[in-house]
Amino acid sequence: MNNLPIIRLQDITKKFDKAPVVDHVSLDIHQGEVLAIIGPSGSGKSTLLRMMNLLEEPTGGSLFYHERNVTKDEIKPNVLRQKVGMVFQSFNLFNNKNVIDNCLIGPRITKKTPKEPMIAMAHENLKKVGMDDFSSAKVSTLSGGQKQRVAIARALSMSPEVVLFDEPTSALDPELVGEVLTVIRQLAVQGMTMVIVTHEMAFARDVASRVIFIDEGKIVESGTPDQVFDMPQKERTQAFLARFNRRF
Amino acid sequence: MPAGFFPGVWYLLQTKWMIFLSGVLVTLLISILGTIFGFLFGLVLATLRLLPHDKRQTWIMKALRSVAEISSKIYIQVFRGTPMIVQAVVIYYGVLALFGYWNAMVAGIVVVSLNTAAYMAEIIRGSVQGIDKGQTEAALAVGMTYFQLMRHIVLPQALRHAIPAFGNELIVNIKDTSVLSVIAVSDLFFSSKFIITNNFRPFEVYFIISVIYLLLTLSTSAILKRVEKRLHMAPVSVPTSQTVPEVIEVSHE
Repeated sequence: MNNLPIIRLQDITKKFDKAPVVDHVSLDIHQGEVLAIIGPSGSGKSTLLRMMNLLEEPTGGSLFYHERNVTKDEIKPNVLRQKVGMVFQSFNLFNNKNVIDNCLIGPRITKKTPKEPMIAMAHENLKKVGMDDFSSAKVSTLSGGQKQRVAIARALSMSPEVVLFDEPTSALDPELVGEVLTVIRQLAVQGMTMVIVTHEMAFARDVASRVIFIDEGKIVESGTPDQVFDMPQKERTQAFLARFNRRF
Repeated sequence: MPAGFFPGVWYLLQTKWMIFLSGVLVTLLISILGTIFGFLFGLVLATLRLLPHDKRQTWIMKALRSVAEISSKIYIQVFRGTPMIVQAVVIYYGVLALFGYWNAMVAGIVVVSLNTAAYMAEIIRGSVQGIDKGQTEAALAVGMTYFQLMRHIVLPQALRHAIPAFGNELIVNIKDTSVLSVIAVSDLFFSSKFIITNNFRPFEVYFIISVIYLLLTLSTSAILKRVEKRLHMAPVSVPTSQTVPEVIEVSHE
């Protein structure tokens, strides 16, 4: 692990109508790390994640990418996003493109690389997620799990340094969750740096190298999966995990 | 000219068909070109109203964006808020006063284009705003700029959804070109006036041109329906300038 983080959030805050949703959070993401963000609904997890690629503009604080201040325009947001991929809860595949074009459109427009290696790479990424056989399929014909796997391949096609996952399985039928989690797990094994907002506690425990628990826009607890899940120090974390365990 | 309504109609069709036909051609030419140019200009107007609001923009960019937005808004309000017949006389006589000469046909195309652009802009804007926000976010997330995502992701989807509304505008224009007779454009309606001055049988002449207008709009509507079907278009609700006649499909089962 490098000493310098890829992404650094410094005292970052987001307010909606003057109410803080993310409240003075500082956080580093290092290369090779798999960070799971857990917490109750409305705690600010997704907003925090969306500030990491500036889909959400922070109200206060700074975002650094390789120590360059993105919030002060030392690097442009679209350049940052080419290196920080994102997978959404509701997939958001481009409806006017087929599967392979969903993977090609980003690199084709934003990078000036030759066409042939780009296509080969898109196929490679579709293979990784088990969707290469569907490369010419319309996205409307795919199941939710397949769509999400294509969305992961699309993110990988940009050769990102970090991939952000915003509740990647929340919109899926229970029987389709497994196929998506398997793909993310494989990426973790391959050393991909990832930040995952999730409600899948068993998955977070299994795949993450670090877990943070967020409540009311603040990091309440942070540590290894064992520390956070087995020996939570804060009452709020204990209550959340206890309630979660009762439900499942 | 024979006495009686139907013999009169038959006589007019036999003797004046060339005039009716040239009127139809002028009407079609003006409405088709007016719709195409109106679409292109409407796209520009819609783009001006949809410029991105970015906190990072410099104050000059913010000021320019506001000017563009307001100008587009005023244009749309003016052209949607005044009748085309008034727009036709103001534009035609205005340019005439300035330059001394203006071809009525060109004036007609310009008037229809400018008028249509205001409606097209609103159709496109509504259609763009109807595209799921997730499409924009996903395009941003792969590093596209606002203009790249508009060009490659949002506009292709929005324009496809708006095809039925664009078709409606064409049909509306076929009917509305009739007001251009006020600036002596020799369209279908104007040609009827010309025939009437020769034979003084207005009812027969207006009956014929009303049937021609109906045939034009119904056949255009049928053609557009086939195009939409071919494109597998689902009907979507987008604002149009007014309602148009429908081809009623009769089931034979």
